[in-house]
Amino acid sequence: MRYAYYPGCSLESTGIEYYLSSLAVARKLGVELWEIPEWNCCGASFAHSSSYLLSLALPARNLVLAEKEGLDVVVSCAACYSRLKNAVYEARKSVEVKEKIGQAIGQEYRAQAEVYSMIEVFTNHLGLEKVAQAVVRPLEGLRVASYYGCLLVRPPELAMDDAENPRSLERITMAIGGAPVEWNFKVECCGAFHSTFRPDVGFQMIDRILEDALREGADCIALACPMCMMNLDMRQKDINKMKKSNSYIPVLYFTELMGLALGLAPKELGVNRHFVNAMPLLKKKVLQQ
Amino acid sequence: MERINLGSHHEDAAQFREQIRLESGVDERDCYQCGKCSAGCPVAFAMDYMPREIIRMLQLGLIDEVLSSHTIWLCSDCIACYTRCPRSVQLPQLMDALRIRAREKNLAAEKNIGMFGDLLLGLIKRFGRIFEMGLIITYNLKSRQPFKDVLLGPAILKRRKMGLLPHKIRSVDAVRKMFERVKEMESDTP
Ligand code: SF4
Ligand code: SF4
Repeated sequence: MRYAYYPGCSLESTGIEYYLSSLAVARKLGVELWEIPEWNCCGASFAHSSSYLLSLALPARNLVLAEKEGLDVVVSCAACYSRLKNAVYEARKSVEVKEKIGQAIGQEYRAQAEVYSMIEVFTNHLGLEKVAQAVVRPLEGLRVASYYGCLLVRPPELAMDDAENPRSLERITMAIGGAPVEWNFKVECCGAFHSTFRPDVGFQMIDRILEDALREGADCIALACPMCMMNLDMRQKDINKMKKSNSYIPVLYFTELMGLALGLAPKELGVNRHFVNAMPLLKKKVLQQ
Repeated sequence: MERINLGSHHEDAAQFREQIRLESGVDERDCYQCGKCSAGCPVAFAMDYMPREIIRMLQLGLIDEVLSSHTIWLCSDCIACYTRCPRSVQLPQLMDALRIRAREKNLAAEKNIGMFGDLLLGLIKRFGRIFEMGLIITYNLKSRQPFKDVLLGPAILKRRKMGLLPHKIRSVDAVRKMFERVKEMESDTP
């Protein structure tokens, strides 16, 4: 199994744990990732506020690089996944758009390479049986709330799972021996940049997600988006200050949990780098085995 | 809301709506005001008008009211509304087009958010990739906000989450040319 890999900007900075754990888990499971050389930013959520064509051309340049190698593309970051997949979708819908994209990037774009989220590689391509067979340290008794946020599951045209009740991450949790928590906020928006520009709004959006996970008895939250991670992990301290409370819940990338179950060291996965320290929980429930 | 004379709005409003339909691909006449979008909107609690009301106001020709609303900036593009809308109204796309217009007409109620997008695009053009720390600092400088998020800087650096310099990719020229070509192509086709 070989894919072109698009990490995206966040994975080289604030989302470093996602990068480390994606690569380590893929390697361990025999999935070969060829990082697209000289990849560029996908334009995230703001290119399309400026220009429709630019919002397609930015991701498409990366797709062309993968196409030349004859590979499909795997993306870890939920936001980048959405942008890349959207470029393929729009180009396949209209020859005119496809040609315009090619003109904008100065190379022919054929829209042949498929775009997959990292989750799909494990659930649909490799298969969860293989994942389960490779587990050496099952996450027994670890109650995990899977958080999808927006861009993995919406809009339906680009979604990698059901828009209202996706199950992929829960299935991964079960394959690695953990216990999925049923809760209400798994596809609710974290507010994206509101926590920076309008903390009065953003913090409330984050808080109700965290609160529900805690209320349903989760030990931790697992997710697949560096933006959601920044909000749910980094803002907990401020939110506690604001509410004069003291309740914390560790937030991890699903690949970090997979890596732990596959026997990899927490440091190798970046688990020690989060704002809310996950180590005490993991030591108690996972690592003593 | 103020008392409004709907009659006086009609001429300009018709033209504006036509333009917005072209730019966003959304026809406000598709909406039959069921309110499902607003029932599930995660930011509804903070908005001055519900997403449904934004469309109603467009239908009625209340253009300036729409463009100076906070709602169009508070929409976080989560796409829940479009996913659930029985008429497939692409509200996020509509919000996008309205934000662009609001800035053009100097009616933007939340100035910082639009500026932030510009900064990010500027960074991609210059470096090919985004450098988060850099953008947070620039954001705070330009908006003259007391270095709010930068206070988190040391905590981020301690976790070795950010390099000290932007990652300039070698093919940044290809990216810059792309920006230029897009600009040219878009000025060719009005
Ligand atoms: S859900 Fe769709 S049809 Fe119903 S009010 Fe909202 S935009 Fe209109
Ligand atoms: S896309 Fe905007 S308007 Fe629609 S539900 Fe999300 S925040 Fe509300």
